[in-house]
Amino acid sequence: MELIWHGLIQAFWLIIAGDPEVMRITFLSLKVSGFATLLSLVAGIPLGAFIGLARFPGRGFVLSLINTGMALPPVVVGLFVSIMLWRSGPFGVLQLLYSPTAIVIAQFILAFPVVTGLTVTAMQQIDPKLRLQLLGLGASRTQLLLQLLKEARLAMLAAVMAGFGAVISEIGASMMVGGNILGYTRVLTTATVLETAKGNFDMAIALSIILLAITFLINWGLTAIQQYGSSR
Amino acid sequence: MTASALDISNATVVYGGRTVLSVAELSLFAGEILAIVGPNGAGKSTLLRLLALLEKPVIGEVRFGSQPVRWEAASLLALRRRMGTVFQSPLLCNTTVYRNIALGLKFRGLPKPEIGQRVGRWAERFGIGHLLSQPAKSLSGGEAQRVSLARAFALSPEILLLDEPFSALDQPTREGLLGELEGVLRESKITAVFVTHERNEALHFGDRVAVVMGGRLAQVDSPERVFSTPVGEEVARFVGVENILRGIVLEQRDGIGVVSLDSGKIQVATEAQAGERVLVCLRPEEIVLARPDASFAAESMRNVLRGTVDQVTQIGAQLRVRMNTGVPLTALITKQSWQELSLAEGQPVQAAFKASAAHVIRRREN
Repeated sequence: MELIWHGLIQAFWLIIAGDPEVMRITFLSLKVSGFATLLSLVAGIPLGAFIGLARFPGRGFVLSLINTGMALPPVVVGLFVSIMLWRSGPFGVLQLLYSPTAIVIAQFILAFPVVTGLTVTAMQQIDPKLRLQLLGLGASRTQLLLQLLKEARLAMLAAVMAGFGAVISEIGASMMVGGNILGYTRVLTTATVLETAKGNFDMAIALSIILLAITFLINWGLTAIQQYGSSR
Repeated sequence: MTASALDISNATVVYGGRTVLSVAELSLFAGEILAIVGPNGAGKSTLLRLLALLEKPVIGEVRFGSQPVRWEAASLLALRRRMGTVFQSPLLCNTTVYRNIALGLKFRGLPKPEIGQRVGRWAERFGIGHLLSQPAKSLSGGEAQRVSLARAFALSPEILLLDEPFSALDQPTREGLLGELEGVLRESKITAVFVTHERNEALHFGDRVAVVMGGRLAQVDSPERVFSTPVGEEVARFVGVENILRGIVLEQRDGIGVVSLDSGKIQVATEAQAGERVLVCLRPEEIVLARPDASFAAESMRNVLRGTVDQVTQIGAQLRVRMNTGVPLTALITKQSWQELSLAEGQPVQAAFKASAAHVIRRREN
């Protein structure tokens, strides 16, 4: 009990004092996961909208792939990205392994199916007749897509939350492709694992609290937007 | 003849291998209101989507202002932007009333002040000016459909396409909106297509009526002609000809044929030749009732059938009288006339009609 109590107090001081190491790890986590989420939105929303709205042969198969992708184990993605980026691997020349970019790539692979899958669902929940109505009102393809996404904005925010939530809390892939290098690729989750292993529970607890706080604040903000949107 | 706004030639629409609509020829004339009427599932909405260029026919041609429509994105978009559509459900976006009405104008990239001016004008016209800042979600069904109408009219479309716009509304709301819509349509002289399964709405609205049955155009005619001279039994039943008698022409002279029914002979105006099988359509209001002992003075009342009153039901200010005269017959009569006749259910009655009151459909042999 004393262990937890002591850890909590220490953690509190580490956060209040703005411990430079803690700050750096926090910002890197935010940057890497934020960027990976952003990329997955840029790629996943148009793809999800297309799959949700269009009818083409093999659509069911593609949907199954995406749904499987939504439950991809991070270690499998970590392994896959590691092999790809390995010095002798297909993208070895890029020398990206054990860099923040490698983590972004791995996290993008994790978040992309989540965003795509949730966008498909969001699009399918819209009354198909609304699409005809918008076309009838003279919407171009882009205008149609934007208006439908606007219509599905509540579900789309859920996609953003799920995508970000999946990568900020992920550890397997970050550890494998980032390498948990101090001051370079160490993020909140990998640092927590390391500090726990070293017995530095105060540091581990501080990092966990920050991770929880970030996740909470971001989801709180998005939920607020979502609920504000739904009441209008 | 006025210019065509839209034409369809030999167009077929197929869903999942099944032909849902096949139109040989249909023209929408500039400035007219064409009512498309037919039972549920007949293909009316498909026809409207075809006219709205929202449905591509597998074969056939659609012409917009006599130019064949090329089914590619840019030209479709340009043509669709000259039309406006209103569907059965209002299909509003989850935002304010103002933004909903402005939607099509925004798609067209109109400047903001003009959008504001048009939205304001049409919202006022449809009595929803006070709701502009309200979320569309909070509206009643009638209000929502007013928004949908304002949204379409604000586009100043050359052609307005309305797909059963009031069928989801309750009776009083529907009647109110029908009146308003008719006023706006007449005053703007806009070319319009109005789909409905209510024959009375079609009669009320259409300069012409197109009857769709089983995915085909059964008849395209003036409302009077569709209702007085339906082309087939299906159309006749749909437009409310309640008395359809089957018979065979025994002889025909000077346009008057003697038709043998199961229960006797009648004389009707027809060009059908002896031996032809015919359907004799009689609207209930064309049948005159009399007491069994009365004699018909008017010579034109060539047909007098005797029978008994089966059932009397009240419809508004009138009574519908069902009789058995060997064949079932229905007549419409005012309450006052009924009281003067002092007849009752189960009593004998005489039913008479003029030879010219009947509309005869010549049946194809099959």
